[in-house]
Amino acid sequence: MAADYSIEALKSAHKLISDMEYEVGHVNRGYTDRTLYINLTESKIAGKPVTDLMKDKFIGGRGFGLYLLWNGVNENTKWNDPENEIIISTGPIGGITQYPGSGKSLVVSLSPLTGIPIDSNVGGYFGPYLKFAGWDALEIQGKAQNDVIIYIDGDKGRVTIEEAPLEEIDTHLLAEQLTAMYADNEEDKRNVSVVSAGSGAEHTHIGLLNFSFYDVRRKEVRIKQAGRGGIGTVFRDKKIKALVVKYSGVKGDTNKPADRAKIAELGIKLHKEIHDLDDQQNRMRKTGTAYLTGIMNDYDLLPVNNFKFGAHPDAHKLSAKEFSKWFALSKSDGCWYGCTLACAKVVEGFELLSGPYKGQKVLVDGPEYETVAALGSNCGIFDSQYVLEANFYCDTYGLDTISFGNIVAFCMECFEAGILDSKKTGGLDLHFGNKEAALELLHQMGRGEGFGKVAGLGVRKLKKIFEEEYGADPGFLNDIGMENKGLEYSMYMPKESLAQQGGYALTNKGPQHDEAWLIFMDMVNNQIPTFEDKAEALFYFPIFRTWFGLMGLCKLPWNDIVPADNATKPEAHKIPEHQQNYVELFSAVTGRQVGIEALVDLSAPVYHFQRVFNIRMGQGGRQSDAAPMRSLGPATVEEYLSREERYDKQLKEILGINPEGKTAAEKLQLIRKYRQDQYNTLCDNVYRRRGWTENAVPKLETLEKYGIDFPEVVEVVKKYL
Amino acid sequence: MKVLKAKAELCDGCGRCELVCSQVWFKEEDRSKSAIKIEENSADYDINVCSQCGDCIEVCPTVAIYRNKAGVVLIDKEKCVGCFSCIGFCPTLSMRWHKDYLEPFKCIACGRCAKECPTGALNLENN
Repeated sequence: MAADYSIEALKSAHKLISDMEYEVGHVNRGYTDRTLYINLTESKIAGKPVTDLMKDKFIGGRGFGLYLLWNGVNENTKWNDPENEIIISTGPIGGITQYPGSGKSLVVSLSPLTGIPIDSNVGGYFGPYLKFAGWDALEIQGKAQNDVIIYIDGDKGRVTIEEAPLEEIDTHLLAEQLTAMYADNEEDKRNVSVVSAGSGAEHTHIGLLNFSFYDVRRKEVRIKQAGRGGIGTVFRDKKIKALVVKYSGVKGDTNKPADRAKIAELGIKLHKEIHDLDDQQNRMRKTGTAYLTGIMNDYDLLPVNNFKFGAHPDAHKLSAKEFSKWFALSKSDGCWYGCTLACAKVVEGFELLSGPYKGQKVLVDGPEYETVAALGSNCGIFDSQYVLEANFYCDTYGLDTISFGNIVAFCMECFEAGILDSKKTGGLDLHFGNKEAALELLHQMGRGEGFGKVAGLGVRKLKKIFEEEYGADPGFLNDIGMENKGLEYSMYMPKESLAQQGGYALTNKGPQHDEAWLIFMDMVNNQIPTFEDKAEALFYFPIFRTWFGLMGLCKLPWNDIVPADNATKPEAHKIPEHQQNYVELFSAVTGRQVGIEALVDLSAPVYHFQRVFNIRMGQGGRQSDAAPMRSLGPATVEEYLSREERYDKQLKEILGINPEGKTAAEKLQLIRKYRQDQYNTLCDNVYRRRGWTENAVPKLETLEKYGIDFPEVVEVVKKYL
Repeated sequence: MKVLKAKAELCDGCGRCELVCSQVWFKEEDRSKSAIKIEENSADYDINVCSQCGDCIEVCPTVAIYRNKAGVVLIDKEKCVGCFSCIGFCPTLSMRWHKDYLEPFKCIACGRCAKECPTGALNLENN
């Protein structure tokens, strides 16, 4: 831990490296029409124009991120090359205050875990303030020599790169220091937002970025996470300590929409819907996404012990009811103004039991469902206090809870399988359920020491290390290592839902449920029984869900609250009224009049472009959509036996094989082959529906259809056509 | 606590209160800019106006809504970001907005409408 400096001392140690003054101007219909480019190697700061092509085909947010990254890197660029970039952008709708969930930032970079573009969405005030400060996106390239802070002063119109040697690295301290440093007084703190990583992001490949917002009631800095894909690792590799933006005076029209009254109407309607219905529906305002743990357990979908099982008798110890005992609720816990869904939960005065901050009382932001499942049930740990402790440390160290939980669970299974032992782990007894060992592993990642430093490389690299150094069976490792494309799986058990298997492994960035969450439609409600149905869902939902990331929107207010009469509407699972709201919002902000078809037509160009980007980086073909056996069905005899009745029935009724007299190992092989064949057939159907070749390469006609047949894009795919 | 009390059974629907309200606060007679709303129902009239319950105070993300010493719930326009959460969360649907303004508005129990109500349907009371 660093010495305890005063804010003045921290600030006076800053050394100005470079600065640029600019006219802040104002937003026009959701855009500022320029992006901010910073090269840390060259200490260069410059504005770049936003072209009509960018707005037309890439819209904003994730689209702008992918477009700028495409132009910044080449096919040989690695995550830690100076030309890799981190791009942060909200989107045209991002920053309106009236419609819940309209303050998201999208972060794009080449991932240390996957080597291909990652996009991660996050709340907090940074993205909207960046836009109001005059910039549709922030694009950072190069590497600084020493730790720097990039400060964007949207009040005065000045960007600075400052060496900042003394501030803490861990987010809960750093974000507080910088909020105090750049705010003029307590009242001014709400106008500052900080992006930071943490010490763990420096030492692992699973680093995340924390985006802050100031909680005026609690008088505390709060954080949300751009968690997936190791962007925090890239951030620290560039020697960025933090990004700070300041913008004072947000009003209801700062985003300067074309039709403010329309946005107000739509927003008020949804506020009222949430007011009237949330308590009867998902209780997001009371428990946040943690409500899912109980539901997932009830449907046998909760990852337990590295996705071996889908339920556990102790799951109630991780339920919403359990976490409600910890949560300090306020009636205004949104991560951007006007989000009345208010899922951002808080534990106040949490006393830490371990690590460098042991004994201190801290504020814990969260946990979300994904964190509960990843840190808890997936590691066989059913202890809410542990989940909160690990959640806090993951956040402040800048580590992704989903990847961390997968890594711990994978190592625990390897430990129990004899691939690892206490000697190899430096004394860590990594049995499922050992929370002390899991915490020590976490602190090792924070310190960059011991087995934690190795484990922090992620499941894909661990598989290679365990095979090459410990002689482990690669077949077993590939079966149980829950990663695809190098990214660890998020927390829904896809084993019994073929559509969700595709929803995970046929993604562009890797298995994160924000592309397609079909598990209930498929497995529970049986709404998409045929291959064609599933392929249609895997065409439609990943593209439609791209919409949120282009616009600066949160997905949750789409389907975590639904209108009272939703069930009576055709295609009720799409929440048609809310989808209509989205196209009307887009028209009202930008003045571009669009219909419901825009949900696909505006999103598809970016979706296909991202797949081509993967191919450009040497991945993206069918091979990269391969899924670990455990995501497709039982990988081991133990798993087969845990659901023997179900699998025996499938053998009998679907394959026409009498299971009687066969050993579990024989039956397992039959089911494995069947599941793998099913998955391959699914891939064929999905690729066809998406307009891709059987090798998962977008066809020329598909690129032409969506107007992204730019020469450099065609150049990438044509060698595979 | 000062609060405007309404006796709907005395209301004859003349709408004078709405025009007074908008004139006092927005300098024009326009019932769509009134904090008090008179609506005809099948039998007589409904009078909708803020009860000063204060549910909106906690919903406001910027702490722009507060109760003053007299117990009246007020909006600090400087702090307000115009999110309109308070409108959707008002249990009596008495928080207002108008397309001409960035911030919501509400009855602040000034009593001007009560003074001009010809039937005595409105009274400013201390609770």
